[in-house]
Amino acid sequence: MTYNLLAARGLTVGYGATPVIHDLDFDVPQGRFTAIVGPNGCGKSTLVKSLARVLATEPGMVTLDGKHVQAYRPRRLAQRVALLPQHPTVPEGVTVRGLVARGRYPYHGALRQWSPQDTPAIDQALNDTGLTELADMPVAALSGGQRQRAWLAMVLAQQTDYVLLDEPTSFLDIAHQVDVLRLCRNISNQGRTVVAVLHDLNQAARYADDLVVMRDGAIVAHGRSDTTLTSSLVSDVFGLDSMIGVDPCSGTPMVVPVAD
Amino acid sequence: MAALTVLLGATCILSLFLGSRPNGVADVVDVLTGDGEPHLANVVASRIPRTVLGAIVGAALAVSGTLIQGITRNPLGEPGILGIGVGASASVVTGTALFGALSATGTMGFAMLGAIIAVAVVLVLGGRSSARGIVPLILAGAVVTAVLYAYINAMVLTLPQVFDSYRFWMVGSLAGVELSRLGQVLVPLVIGFCLALLIARGMNALALGEETAISLGFRVGATRLIGIIAAALLAAVATAIAGPISFIGLAVPHIIFALMGEDFRWRVPAALLGGALALVAADVLARVIIRPQELMVGIVTAFIGAPFLLMAVRRGAVTT
Ligand SMILES: Nc1ncnc2c1ncn2[C@@H]1O[C@H](COP(=O)(O)OP(=O)(O)O)[C@@H](O)[C@H]1O
Ligand SMILES: [Mg+2]
Repeated sequence: MTYNLLAARGLTVGYGATPVIHDLDFDVPQGRFTAIVGPNGCGKSTLVKSLARVLATEPGMVTLDGKHVQAYRPRRLAQRVALLPQHPTVPEGVTVRGLVARGRYPYHGALRQWSPQDTPAIDQALNDTGLTELADMPVAALSGGQRQRAWLAMVLAQQTDYVLLDEPTSFLDIAHQVDVLRLCRNISNQGRTVVAVLHDLNQAARYADDLVVMRDGAIVAHGRSDTTLTSSLVSDVFGLDSMIGVDPCSGTPMVVPVAD
Repeated sequence: MAALTVLLGATCILSLFLGSRPNGVADVVDVLTGDGEPHLANVVASRIPRTVLGAIVGAALAVSGTLIQGITRNPLGEPGILGIGVGASASVVTGTALFGALSATGTMGFAMLGAIIAVAVVLVLGGRSSARGIVPLILAGAVVTAVLYAYINAMVLTLPQVFDSYRFWMVGSLAGVELSRLGQVLVPLVIGFCLALLIARGMNALALGEETAISLGFRVGATRLIGIIAAALLAAVATAIAGPISFIGLAVPHIIFALMGEDFRWRVPAALLGGALALVAADVLARVIIRPQELMVGIVTAFIGAPFLLMAVRRGAVTT
């Protein structure tokens, strides 16, 4: 048995008769920041939802510490693995602090609706996301970038080893995208494992440690982010003719579409 | 919260002092201190169960409505969408048709039974409500409601004696309720309130979307089911005691949301106090508004509920 490992083995999962993902193996690299990339509809969300047990899988397909995720009490698993879904709902009237406080729910019981670590965890999460000043604002009144940080703060307050983020940068302007990616970097530098579904290959290569490339429900490449991207891979997976350049700032690979 | 408690206390006291026939304040004080005029003593004694049960019915309806609005994310959510009111009515109508005019206890029994059967049917038709979201559940509620309405109409239009007793019951009234009715419903009532308080965090998590709720460690299906059971028990109890009283279950949750914000850990207890306050106040009005006659409280709730609901809507605070 391998311990402190979130892994998928022979993962076959979907929504109807035909599975979206078929017989997929994936060990989540520990303590690192992994970006999952791939075309729309290739099963990225399906994979991260399966890892967080948000999507039901057959026993044994997803394990944490060598134990089926189904065998964990839901609250116990939520203390280890957090998922920020692609489209969470903001309840009307909720404040930033009110939202972040919900990240503490896995540590409460039906009768003990409070734990002594709540306040420090919430304050820390607000501080890490730069939201301390906005704590009493309604989430609905925030800008898109601030709102995404509020969701990230909720997930941080959950204090899990694994932080799974489904498209945390979509619909943000570039400055806020970079903001979120730096935050992911920081979370991972604190020793937590981050897995984020991203769309921008260059950002993925620059900020993440590892890259998982998916196509049609399968992982077609998995490796260090500075060596995995090749023009034949980009052409295979995205059907795009491109050249791989070098990011002038970080020296990481940069995908540039060829002239047409 | 404190303000609600004080208001509720004040209204309950008012409810003891005001009736459909004017009486001096001093006289009621005399009665309460034990040496009043015997006739007035009887009158005041009859106001006590009315006040107590009114508070309980109002609290049950408002908490039930709060749960249902949260679970269905439907701003028009109220206990009625689970078919509780019509279920109880259909059952009372059936009982009256079979056995003639029912005793108070008989009416309560039939109402309770009908309400529970209706909710059970809605739950079964609505599928395992957990897996496929709440839309099938709402549709099932609409179907059951439509069918039962048709049945009730057919019965009351063809059987005059059923019509006579039913038309009083269907508006909802607290006149002539007895404290003994409380004993019959105490268990489901207490279970309903306890479940509602226990489920508040789960409701907060569900408000973030199903996927987020699961990732926070909640069992979405179980949370919804417990919420629906609590809402159904409370509404069934309220209906069994006082008939299908409209509007409290819809308006009070909205008003409480406007006052207290979105956290169900506050909304549930606040709805409990607010619902009690609203119904006792409505009942006081029902007694004094057309003195020496008395209106049925179900009529008054709609009239006093409407302006408050509109105010909450205009403040832009209604959940959608
Ligand atoms: N709830 C659902 N019901 C049915 N099909 C779905 C559902 N969610 C996703 N799918 C299908 O599964 C496939 C993979 O979806 P998804 O994992 O969301 O892709 P990605 O996140 O990579 O864009 C898509 O073809 C999509 O249409
Ligand atoms: Mg997706």
